[in-house]
Amino acid sequence: MVLVFAENIKGQFKKNAFEAVTYGAKAAEIMGTECVALVLGTVENAAGLGTYGASKVYHVADSSLDSFDAQVYTAVIAAATEKLGAKLVIMSHSSTGKSIIGRLAARLDAGSVPGVNTIPTVDGDLKVKKTVFSGKAIAEMAIKSDLKVLSVMGNSLQPDASGSEAPVEALSVDVPASRIKVKEVKRMEGIVPLPEAELVVSAGRGMKGPENWGIIEELAKVLGATTACSRPVADADWRPHHEHVGQTGVAIRPNLYIAAGISGAIQHLAGVNNSKTIVVINKDPEAPFFKAADYGVVGDLFEVVPRLTEAIKKHKAGA
Amino acid sequence: MKLLVCVTKTPETTAKIAFTANGTAFDTNGVQYIMNPYDEWYALVRALELKEAQGGSVCLINVGSPSNDTVIRKGLAIGADEAVRINAEPKSSLYVAKQIANYAKSEGFDIVFAGKESIDYNGSEVSAMIAELLDVPFISYASHMELEGNVATVSRDIEGGTEVVEVATPFVISAAKGLAEQRIPNMRGIMMAKRKPLKVVEPIAADDLTEAVGYELPPAKSAVKLIDPENMDELVRLLSEEAKVI
Repeated sequence: MVLVFAENIKGQFKKNAFEAVTYGAKAAEIMGTECVALVLGTVENAAGLGTYGASKVYHVADSSLDSFDAQVYTAVIAAATEKLGAKLVIMSHSSTGKSIIGRLAARLDAGSVPGVNTIPTVDGDLKVKKTVFSGKAIAEMAIKSDLKVLSVMGNSLQPDASGSEAPVEALSVDVPASRIKVKEVKRMEGIVPLPEAELVVSAGRGMKGPENWGIIEELAKVLGATTACSRPVADADWRPHHEHVGQTGVAIRPNLYIAAGISGAIQHLAGVNNSKTIVVINKDPEAPFFKAADYGVVGDLFEVVPRLTEAIKKHKAGA
Repeated sequence: MKLLVCVTKTPETTAKIAFTANGTAFDTNGVQYIMNPYDEWYALVRALELKEAQGGSVCLINVGSPSNDTVIRKGLAIGADEAVRINAEPKSSLYVAKQIANYAKSEGFDIVFAGKESIDYNGSEVSAMIAELLDVPFISYASHMELEGNVATVSRDIEGGTEVVEVATPFVISAAKGLAEQRIPNMRGIMMAKRKPLKVVEPIAADDLTEAVGYELPPAKSAVKLIDPENMDELVRLLSEEAKVI
């Protein structure tokens, strides 16, 4: 059995949960077994996870699971894994999943690969691929233990909602008391978080100052994209810290990455070079980023970006 | 306060990544090594700040071969009091975590620090594993931390925001950018580091449950297509019809 821990935010399942269930269903098909989902805390529409390929959804409804504690979540997921006899546990490679996967592997003495971006192959050992060296290479990892744990990198597969709703069954497992207290959760509402975003508009020092960001936000709004920035911009507090993409910030792999006024230092490229399509706008034709770009525009971003925004508006109106 | 900082050795951030032996081994030829930046800049420095404010000691721990000693000495030069190297090849994350947890258990630490991930395998797993093996809370991606008595208030990075949690010692914390500011070792630190204890400990038995069986480089990008800055309609057409991303 493949068990997918489908995480929720305030009771809602997001794209990363749908990706994880889709991944679990595909892995289960290869392994000739079934895929079930596990949901924790107060949730809405757990049955809907069936459309992504879970044949059943197990629910541990204890409301203490509404706030996140890696230690408690690990204990609950491990207990569910053992109770259901699952051999492969899948989760999202989100801040939640990344905080759990190692703990769960240690608790169950299971082999684990965090941040996988391919469906497993099963030829003797189970094998999966993940990016390593901060995006500069890809490693194929083999897991040798009977029980295995994987976390799925965001945007590495398309959620497939072609199935039908699944029965939801309450699962009774021991929920230990938390030894931490979550005091506050501050989350930007209504914005697709960077690791999940399919379209990203990013800008760097070429913007000259935070007061000029209106044109970037306008382009992002018209596209339906999430905004990001380079390290110097986050360091200077021109933009919030969580927008920083690159080797020391968030690593992303959107379908489209538009970079304006970012020269493309190797540390920045490491966080974005797995993007499907890269557009670079820079007035310096020698900017190293052009070597990693699919499309390049050599020009003044203060003219080019608003022009691009208008062109996209026109395209959307025509489409 | 007894503080343990897990440090790992990684290729420096601009290292050219290549593989040998038919794509099965990392090509170390010409590669310069550094202490993993998250370990050095944020985890180690925050531990040192706590020691300076409250007293106590900072111990470094690394799993690796004698060639790692240069990197470990740098951590001592920055200000750690002592170091331990578990003398083994760090082949998988659970193997490494078991070594560190075993040592930590025997010594008893109040806080175990690590960087949020290593910049070579980008796994983020070892610190979480250590927390589980020690059966203590784990606070990941910490970008701010204050300690009062034995209770820490920590801000951790989550998607599109932050979460604030309170946790009492002992616990394991993984450090993200913002937790501290990088320190450059001074000459006195470098001289003193030579005399600080670096203990070598033999590993305990543990299996490698995962193994990297092959490596490849990402497919090479074809040459950039330059678009006339006056003609953004053309860029939109290409993004829509050729790249099919909008």
